Amino acid sequence: MGTQTQETLIEVRNLKKFFKVGGQTLKAVNDISFTINRGETLGVVGESGCGKSTAGRTILRLYEPTAGEVIFEGKNISKLQGSELKAMRRNMQMIFQDPYASLNPRMTVGDIIGEALDIHGLATGQERKERIQELLSLVSLNPGHIDRFPHEFSGGQRQRIGIARALAVEPKFIVCDEPISALDVSVQAQVVNLLEQLQEKMGLTYMFIAHDLSMVKYISDRVAVMYLGKMVELAESEKLYEKPLHPYTQALLSAIPIPDPEVERKRERIVLQGDVPSPMNPPSGCHFRTRCPKAMPECAAMEPVWKEVEPGHFTACHLYN
Amino acid sequence: MEKILEVRDLHVTFHTYAGEVQAVRGVNFEVGKGEAIGIVGESGCGKSVTAQSILKLLPQPPVQYKQGSILFNGQDLLKKSEKEMEKVRGKEISMIFQDPMTSLNPTMTVGKQIAEGLTKHHKMSAAAAHKRAVELLEMVGIPQPERRVNQYPHEFSGGMRQRAMIAIALACQPQLLIADEPTTALDVTIQAQILELMKELQKKLGTSIILITHDLGVVADMCERVIVMYAGKVVESGTVDEIFYNPQHPYTKGLLRSVPRLDQNRNEPLTPIYGTPPDLLKPPAGCGYAARCESAMRVCQLYDPKLDMVRSNHQSACWLHHPLAQGKTGS
Repeated sequence: MGTQTQETLIEVRNLKKFFKVGGQTLKAVNDISFTINRGETLGVVGESGCGKSTAGRTILRLYEPTAGEVIFEGKNISKLQGSELKAMRRNMQMIFQDPYASLNPRMTVGDIIGEALDIHGLATGQERKERIQELLSLVSLNPGHIDRFPHEFSGGQRQRIGIARALAVEPKFIVCDEPISALDVSVQAQVVNLLEQLQEKMGLTYMFIAHDLSMVKYISDRVAVMYLGKMVELAESEKLYEKPLHPYTQALLSAIPIPDPEVERKRERIVLQGDVPSPMNPPSGCHFRTRCPKAMPECAAMEPVWKEVEPGHFTACHLYN
Repeated sequence: MEKILEVRDLHVTFHTYAGEVQAVRGVNFEVGKGEAIGIVGESGCGKSVTAQSILKLLPQPPVQYKQGSILFNGQDLLKKSEKEMEKVRGKEISMIFQDPMTSLNPTMTVGKQIAEGLTKHHKMSAAAAHKRAVELLEMVGIPQPERRVNQYPHEFSGGMRQRAMIAIALACQPQLLIADEPTTALDVTIQAQILELMKELQKKLGTSIILITHDLGVVADMCERVIVMYAGKVVESGTVDEIFYNPQHPYTKGLLRSVPRLDQNRNEPLTPIYGTPPDLLKPPAGCGYAARCESAMRVCQLYDPKLDMVRSNHQSACWLHHPLAQGKTGS
């Protein structure tokens, strides 16, 4: 999208987030490290329960990290408290998956967007109203609809309200957690185009979490693949789709149905056997080995190391050690 | 090809406080023996209502079958009594639903739910049905079927529940299987497993399939023919190759353009379809798509186009195909 720079905006170091569930520990995010450059879109893909949403929320400090650090513009934000934390939150926002559940049905659109302005004391009175109207037109909604309630809008329009709310505080970084999964295909394209325009206009940085791999490829500069709390591969999106290294990425890509009958007929699919194991009790060594068509004896014995196999192309797999 | 199902001029309405919602407005299509057809369209276009009408699963009232017929092996299902329908459901025609958690009974073991149809339709003994249930679970690829058969749905993962539902649907070897968004709630790797399974069973048992989905990729993978629905009508139908490589209706073209292809350049923006489908409380007089269509003409607002043969294996309902509209090009 042309806005990508080489300057690091966010650095995630050995981030862990564990949950206590009935006496056991669920390792939702288990030691992931990566950076996101300013103006970049980093796509994160993986199956449900792989920890992609938890990773996004932990980076934003919506969850307290169990271990590890998040460095935002050179500042460690994982220990911030009080007013410092609040000031930091202005820089980082989130867009949620379900446009029906993430908007308060008893609040008007104006108040939903205005709440962010109130919390951070950015505008009051007439100025507040003008700012909300400006935000509504920014996401191509009618500014005259400021006093309407969420139920009066369609799914795609509600997602635009969610975007306007995130933009109200002029953030630098937005975690988009499956922002289009609940929308019809014809509407998905509208929201994706809007996100891209806004990125260009405002120099935003996105972490785009999704399970629709073709949409992720389209919107992302780089893509990270997660499996059972671990990151298994990270590369530029073109490269990842052309030459996936990790067997899980290969299987995931081959599982996407392509809207082209000719291609579908010729395709050889890698169909993984079984389900994702429980994250409460993941397999020893490489977590993917129980479903991996290329598993070797050492995969059970040792956890593979996260390493840069080619410039900018990271993976954690014993095949490349 | 021998026809197993023919839907003729089907009209279905819902009574609501606001008035009568015309959910399905004159749908025609047929399914051949052993054939897999896909029905695609946005939410609210009437695809699920059409499918559920085939089994008469919708409560009457509020639903009313206003007009038309659904011929299954020559017999009109809409004329059958509830008692007669019970002999069709699960035995001749089965259905797989989108959400495997809410469509299985949480208080019954999976084995019992599979056996239910066998004891009812085939008058099998409980023991024989239980044995058959184990075989069916094995056929749909559930490991340790002897143990699993006595478990409850909550002990199954999402993919396994969907497999169990397929086992229930196929227990009595129906001639027609209706799958309403069978993989929408599943992850891609599990989706690939379920689609593979459905294809295999279609080949092995010769079952005809109606697959309802909004994922064009799934249709390209599974189906031989596609029906595109919009605002309660069929706007285009044809073989998969015709629909994907030679789409005629502006709505079909729009749908195909709004999904990114894997080879799509990041610098070319996606082409969404703007606007929303019409309110079916007061459906428009003309073409339902006219308000969102880039190539809409005056005639489109006034009269509804009929399905025209574009080629022998391809029909489309659009005024652009009319001889008087020659020279105008669809987008």
